[in-house]
Amino acid sequence: MRIGVLTFPGSLDDVDAARAVRLAGGEPVALWHADHDLKDVDAVVLPGGFSYGDYLRAGAIAARAPLMQDVVDRAKQGLPVLGICNGFQVLCEAGLLPGALTRNSHLHFRNRDQVLQVERADTAWTTDYSEGQRIVIPVKNGEGRYVAADADLDRLEGEGRVVFRYVDGNPNGSSRDIAGVTSEDGRVVGLMPHPEHAVEDLTGPSTDGLGFFTSVLKAVVAA
Amino acid sequence: MTQGLSDLDTGPGRLADRLDTVELAARTPDDEQPYAELGLKSDEYARIRDILGRRPTTAELAMYSVMWSEHCSYKSSKVHLRQFGDLPPSDALLVGIGENAGVVDVGDGYAVTFKVESHNHPSYVEPYQGAATGVGGIVRDILTMGARPIAVMDSLRFGRADAPDTARVLPGVVAGVGGYGNCLGLPNIGGELLFDDCYAGNPLVNALCVGVMKHEDVRLAKAEGVGNKVILFGARTGGDGIGGVSVLASETFDAEGPAKRPSVQVGDPFTEKLLIEACLEIFAVDLVTGIQDLGGAGLSCATSELASAGTGGMHIDLDTVPLRDSTLTPAEILMSESQERMCAIVEPAKVEEFLAVCRKWDVLATVIGEVTDGDRLTVDWHGERIVDVPPRTVAHEGPVYERPMQRPADLDALQADDAARLPRPVTGAELEAHWLAVVSSPDGADKTWVTEQYDRYVRGNTVLAQPEDAGVVRIDEESHRGIALSLDGNARYARLDPYLGAQLNLAEAYRNVAVSGAKPLAVTNCLNFGSPEEPEVMWQFAEAVRGLADACRELGLPVTGGNVSLYNQTGDVPINPTPVIGVLGVHDDVRRRVPSGWRQEGETVLLLGETRPEFGGSAWASVVHGHLGGRPPAVDLAAERTLGDLLAALGREGLITSAHDLADGGLAQTLAESALRHGVGARLHLDGDPFTALFSESTARVVVTTSDPGGVKTTAQWAGVPVTELGTTGGAALTVDGLLDLPLDELRAAWSATLPALFGSPEATIGTVPAGTVPTS
Repeated sequence: MRIGVLTFPGSLDDVDAARAVRLAGGEPVALWHADHDLKDVDAVVLPGGFSYGDYLRAGAIAARAPLMQDVVDRAKQGLPVLGICNGFQVLCEAGLLPGALTRNSHLHFRNRDQVLQVERADTAWTTDYSEGQRIVIPVKNGEGRYVAADADLDRLEGEGRVVFRYVDGNPNGSSRDIAGVTSEDGRVVGLMPHPEHAVEDLTGPSTDGLGFFTSVLKAVVAA
Repeated sequence: MTQGLSDLDTGPGRLADRLDTVELAARTPDDEQPYAELGLKSDEYARIRDILGRRPTTAELAMYSVMWSEHCSYKSSKVHLRQFGDLPPSDALLVGIGENAGVVDVGDGYAVTFKVESHNHPSYVEPYQGAATGVGGIVRDILTMGARPIAVMDSLRFGRADAPDTARVLPGVVAGVGGYGNCLGLPNIGGELLFDDCYAGNPLVNALCVGVMKHEDVRLAKAEGVGNKVILFGARTGGDGIGGVSVLASETFDAEGPAKRPSVQVGDPFTEKLLIEACLEIFAVDLVTGIQDLGGAGLSCATSELASAGTGGMHIDLDTVPLRDSTLTPAEILMSESQERMCAIVEPAKVEEFLAVCRKWDVLATVIGEVTDGDRLTVDWHGERIVDVPPRTVAHEGPVYERPMQRPADLDALQADDAARLPRPVTGAELEAHWLAVVSSPDGADKTWVTEQYDRYVRGNTVLAQPEDAGVVRIDEESHRGIALSLDGNARYARLDPYLGAQLNLAEAYRNVAVSGAKPLAVTNCLNFGSPEEPEVMWQFAEAVRGLADACRELGLPVTGGNVSLYNQTGDVPINPTPVIGVLGVHDDVRRRVPSGWRQEGETVLLLGETRPEFGGSAWASVVHGHLGGRPPAVDLAAERTLGDLLAALGREGLITSAHDLADGGLAQTLAESALRHGVGARLHLDGDPFTALFSESTARVVVTTSDPGGVKTTAQWAGVPVTELGTTGGAALTVDGLLDLPLDELRAAWSATLPALFGSPEATIGTVPAGTVPTS
């Protein structure tokens, strides 16, 4: 199973995402922002980092990278895409996910081990979890506060597109404690916390993040 | 000062409308030059004239002034620092002092390079950018050696925690360290945060970076091979940081001085991240013969050091340097400290490939000159020669001073003012109150307010990070080989006795690395002191260097490099002598690392080492009595070494579940931190005087927990380390039989409230922003 990890200038957690794919049993494939080449991957991870130094707006420039046009086109046909942190910001800027990520309400970068509640266990990236399950994975961002218009938030809630919520403290002031959302078809998922940093006991607060990457391998087989 | 140079080159004045060329300088030997404004003494200026056989051109004067500054030339410290180079050779040392950073063999063909450097003065003037570019500079030093940077640490000191200026400086410094390191994708794995009135107006911002490579990938900063091209790559050159090393880092602040903000550089971590990736790709395909980063003194430093360390000859066409500001004069271009720039020496046949890698990473790269025959560094500006110097006289043969030294006049009185005379707590209630006071003091308190702003997870190899005693990073995912690092510097001890203080700091860093289960291998240092022109400061410096060198010799550790920061004083009041010592250790298998916190109930708590009544310079004396006096605790390096070996054995055998070193705050601080880590308390019994047991700062001591106390005791006895059984983990309090019962809730509340109360609580706004009241997409 080939899972692409897209590197933009300024991507930082691409090595971590590739490791997580490998530990889950998949084959990580390095993708380069400037190529129009998805290398026949079965799914794509947009990793965390500061693509283009967060200049203009976090994710805004990366969303217009050559390869992102291919990602957007294929995602509309059902290619599973996971955006983590900066990757989530890119997905929102690219219009694949609704809403926007703004500066944390307390204006600080924040890194902590965060409890999340799984709200949807039927997306391409979450089938190995159960609805209502609580997981601990790191959160680390300066611009992670999820916002959208009230009507949009109501619609997202109504359609069941909130995939994760912050529990035991909202680290960035996100509306309605939203940590991650999904596309209408449940194939594209974006979240601020970092599942790829919770895949080994040695280096993470837990191994709760591995489920993202094992889930997508099953989703690809099923598709 | 910048203004003065501009005037000379282009503005009105006696040199108006003329470029100050070598030829002109020879014709106008008597023209007056602003050497004093550039920080040069009159005898130094005379020596430059002597070297050149004429007056220097404006551009040459600029180069000499920055390169002969205290910051770049180490002119006051050099005679003392030689002691580090004279240490017995170490098998572990692959590259020693003199390069950008030393390189250490850590086994399996891996080499590690690490170094700590100060950015004190810029961080006071402009906290965010000063701290950010401090991180950027040390990361480039590590990169220059051919290594991939893998982690950073920061050692921070500020004035009184409740002083208004601390509230100005600290948040910016922390945000700058975090902002730059986070954006580079380097985990911050530890450091220090301490407060003392002596740092008011002179905060210390010391940043450490560590990088890893294979032995064969080590790169050196030298220009060799006539005809090889000199390539400047990275950011454009701007007007920022001109004279940073000579104006900021080599002068004391005075109250009436002009604003010095233009001397501080501005950082762009995104460009540096691209520079790192481009460099590593360039190294991987072997495209450079020499490389140097541009830090303090900018192009003046990079070109003269590359040429000086190589065959000596280099020519630069300065007008080819890409500029951010086209009005910069040649002298300003030579002095600019614009960040995120590197200089490489590349064979002509490899230039095109080099430029292609840079293009891939959107890194600007320009051929600005070449290696030449002979031993002169020449610089042209639009075809006219403006610099023609022997590069060694600029880079490596600057002035050397044997500054006068004098033992501080107040030292006898200070040492006689024994902390043993201070009123001590006696009852359980008093002991508990003092315990809470030490643990909740700004130095002892929870540092989460700071460390939450740093990414500790990026790259996925961080095994231990703050608040652990040492940071531990995995360097090989197959073999599980890794490294440990600690950075420590107790300035109270060094004030009482700089010789012993430096040794105590080394002992603490050594112990912290050993506590994690690692074998200590090598030492770096950042020596922060007042003005070398004051004999009492110079004496403190010399004593600290001598103490550190002697201790390294006894522990068998090489000093791989370091940094000296002088002139940390405002008016005639210097900071306490602050030698910050970093120790690098190696883990054969990071899966055997030993954490500092207690996780399990029912384990036995043991104290390894001997406790004596030692309170001079202690946290207890400082926090409770505002007292600094007496003698620091005794140094026993043989005991440290034995303890370190014992810890390695205990870790290897899997006999201990946690280990936490005792340092400032003594047993009281250590027990609190181990208990609060995972919310597991303990029931303890303290033999003898409980005050001494809790607050003494005797060295070579560690608290461990174990489910096999017999095994630990046997091993410790065999090693000759005294063991005291303190009690058993469990419960929600630290209970000392017959004395006190300190609930962890109360302890945590006191410990964790201090920094948010001082610097603002980010929690206040969390979750209170109603949905829909914020801007929408």
